Amino acid sequence: MQSLLPLIPFLPLLGFLINGIFGRKYFSKTTVGLIGSAPVLVSFLLSIACFNEVATSGPISVTLYPFLSVDSLQVPFGFLVDQLSVWMMLIVTGVGFLIHVYSIGYMHDDEGMWRFFAYLNLFIFSMLLLVMGDNFLMLFFGWEGVGLCSYLLIGFWYNNVEYGKAARKAFIMNRIGDLGLLLGIFLIYKTFGSIQYAQVFSQLGTLEIGAGVVTAICLLLFVGAIGKSAQIPLYTWLPDAMAGPTPVSALIHAATMVTAGIYLIARCNGLYSLSPDAMHVVAIVGLATSLFAAFIGLRQNDIKKVLAYSTVSQLGLMFLALGMGAYSSAMFHVTTHAFFKALLFLGAGSVIHAMGGEQDIRNMGGLRKALPITFWIFLIGTFAISGFPLLSGFFSKDEIFAHVYDHGGAIWWALASIGGLLTAVYMCRLLYVTFFGNFRGTDDQKHHLHESPASMTVPLIILAVLSVLGGVLNLPHFMHIEPSSWMAHWFAGNGVGGTPVIPMGEIGIDASTEWMLMGIATAVALAVIAVGYVMYSKPDNLPVADAQQSGLGKLFANKFYVDEIYDALFVNPIARLSKLLHYYADVWGLDGIVDGVGKSVMGLGGYFRRLQNGNIEYYLMGMVAGIVLLLLSVFA
Amino acid sequence: MLEAVPIEYFLYLCTLLFVIGVFGVLTRRNAIVVLMCIELMLNAVNLLLAAFSTYLSDAQGQILVFFIMVVAAAEAAVGLGILVMIYRNTKSTDISLLDQLRN
Amino acid sequence: MTLAIFLTLAVIAVITALLVVLSRNPVHSVLYLILTFFTIAGLYILLNAQFLAVVHIIVYSGAIMVLFLFVMMLLNLNKDTEPQKSNLWKIGGAVAAGMLLVTLVGAMRGGIELQAAAQPNSQVGLVENLGKVLFTDFVVPFEIAGILFLAAMVGAVLVGKRDLKL
Repeated sequence: MQSLLPLIPFLPLLGFLINGIFGRKYFSKTTVGLIGSAPVLVSFLLSIACFNEVATSGPISVTLYPFLSVDSLQVPFGFLVDQLSVWMMLIVTGVGFLIHVYSIGYMHDDEGMWRFFAYLNLFIFSMLLLVMGDNFLMLFFGWEGVGLCSYLLIGFWYNNVEYGKAARKAFIMNRIGDLGLLLGIFLIYKTFGSIQYAQVFSQLGTLEIGAGVVTAICLLLFVGAIGKSAQIPLYTWLPDAMAGPTPVSALIHAATMVTAGIYLIARCNGLYSLSPDAMHVVAIVGLATSLFAAFIGLRQNDIKKVLAYSTVSQLGLMFLALGMGAYSSAMFHVTTHAFFKALLFLGAGSVIHAMGGEQDIRNMGGLRKALPITFWIFLIGTFAISGFPLLSGFFSKDEIFAHVYDHGGAIWWALASIGGLLTAVYMCRLLYVTFFGNFRGTDDQKHHLHESPASMTVPLIILAVLSVLGGVLNLPHFMHIEPSSWMAHWFAGNGVGGTPVIPMGEIGIDASTEWMLMGIATAVALAVIAVGYVMYSKPDNLPVADAQQSGLGKLFANKFYVDEIYDALFVNPIARLSKLLHYYADVWGLDGIVDGVGKSVMGLGGYFRRLQNGNIEYYLMGMVAGIVLLLLSVFA
Repeated sequence: MLEAVPIEYFLYLCTLLFVIGVFGVLTRRNAIVVLMCIELMLNAVNLLLAAFSTYLSDAQGQILVFFIMVVAAAEAAVGLGILVMIYRNTKSTDISLLDQLRN
Repeated sequence: MTLAIFLTLAVIAVITALLVVLSRNPVHSVLYLILTFFTIAGLYILLNAQFLAVVHIIVYSGAIMVLFLFVMMLLNLNKDTEPQKSNLWKIGGAVAAGMLLVTLVGAMRGGIELQAAAQPNSQVGLVENLGKVLFTDFVVPFEIAGILFLAAMVGAVLVGKRDLKL
């Protein structure tokens, strides 16, 4: 297994190279799709083998070669596959493969299909590097790689200026977070003298709880996570990132890349456990983001924007779980979220495909007859995310709520539950407005409506099954159904240092309270689904246009004016400052100096050119004078 | 002979010859005479090299003199060739007139 | 005795060198220069550099100076027609040369300490010895000097051709 391990990331890289170099000229679209998908499938199978290996004989670590060797800083290019990373590998390659297959159908009419698959493969490579690396530098490597791929894929249709701007926005926003991550890594190196996981985490015992430097490291790493995982205040790029093709939104901006921040914190759970302050900050940011994005999601009419804000909100929920110390619960939600959010995005892609590019839900309606498979899987996704009993989201959210109630108290639990309630509301609104009622599009679109091809629906069905059954991975212990809390036990397995990768989280509330909490959540979810059906499935009950919104609704529809506030606070002042600098510092100052140097040399030259009169005698006299001066300077 | 003539004497003699050559180069206008003065300067250096060679009992100094002679002979041949060419064009060997380099 | 010979030759050399510079007729300059070269050859012999002395006479007096004379006759320059520089130039040249002399002498007096060879060898300047050094240690520069001569010859011929057609 050790020798095959490097193949997992490098096969997709090979796919990227082949498609990127030869795809345009030599391959048909089907070939491009196959070359793009096959390495990911092989990587997935190898990941399963890895999973078996880790389950039987513990973590695998492989060092390929010394990557960086400067003084005391020794960084190998090495892989560490333990319980946490192998889980992420399964998600990345598994969901990734399904989305590759889906893309074969979805992108079949696009000229740049070879480019698309090349980027997707590069993304899989970077993401695998991120989760498989055995040190923070490799993580950073992958971190930047996925950022680049995200940029390339958001701006995939670069002919559209708005899309290009969205790509740039995502990239710049991520840069802010990356800076924090980088500073955090520097601080880790300064504190621990190494940036390898094994060496850093083995030294944690020497630090006391609440040490200032640990808090600083944790907060800096969290800044990186905020950027990548779209939390307040750096979340605004994610909704704009929906400019990319829908499979990209599903893979990168919902299922995998944005969970890199969760992975980072779960990976460093030992550090965070030493810093209650940093945990507190994580929890607050997570909860705030969860509520904030949910409110905005209530009044969005673009099918992908709703899902985007839902993603931001769910990521906030995961950070809330991390802040509460429920790392394995967060990873559980990452997993189920990857299933049902990929499902929802791909379902939305199927709808958009059928509608010929239309994304506004007010122009849809009544699609359940025309797109039966899409309707059913969308229904499953919606119910899963809303917390419909016994679907995957039900278990993962419930576990997080239980931890919040235990560690944060009733108020935190209530706020988090409001977030869950809002999730159910906007998701149901999306479902009912899109698939029920009458068709509101043009006749042309109506004529064109069709169910998607098998390459698109089969991945959807697989994801739907996973969304339904995903809860089995981590059944609540109080239900007494074996294997209960399987996933928590899995992550609590011994990592490379002989210590648990993620220690078991303890819940200090009794089973009856947990049953009660679960009951409340279930009742709320069911009520929302029922009320939502009554409210939105009627043919004439449509969301109004943005301009007609009033009060809070207007505020939500305009996303709390956050983009406008950022423009006013940061973008415009900086733009104005750079204009000022351009004029005064560059044109007037620097250019002035440069031109001045040129002009003064020319002026001086005007005088000196008289010395160059072409007469040899003058030159000879100058030569002799020069020799005299030279000798004087040496010997005098 | 080394006991009889100190090396300093050779130094002064050669310096004097060299400076006379420089003086000639600076004050004469006839290009041929200027070339001759350059030969004089070269010879002053040659003599000094030979003196040091003997003084230090090292043959390399004299070898260097040979190479300087080679260069001097080549220089004289080409220089005089150029001079003839210039004379053909300007009917003069006056270096004061040779200010064509200016343009 | 040796010192007397040296002084005699040195005085003659300086005087003739001055005459080279000062005489108006270029042909006289050439003749004086030949005289200077002969005194220098005498000094070479005084330095036990017999081979060098012979080569010097052959190359300079025999070849180069004849070339000078030849060119001068060819160009009909054997008259006192050379335009003179202004006195200002002459004074300037004298001052510059004098400055150079003073500086050089000052540098020599102040900055040089010489150490004679521990075991003087009077055979250094003989042809056998020089030949060995020239054809062992300096054989590559020697060949390069040959190429330089060839190039100079080609160059001189090219420059001297009347209507150059390339």
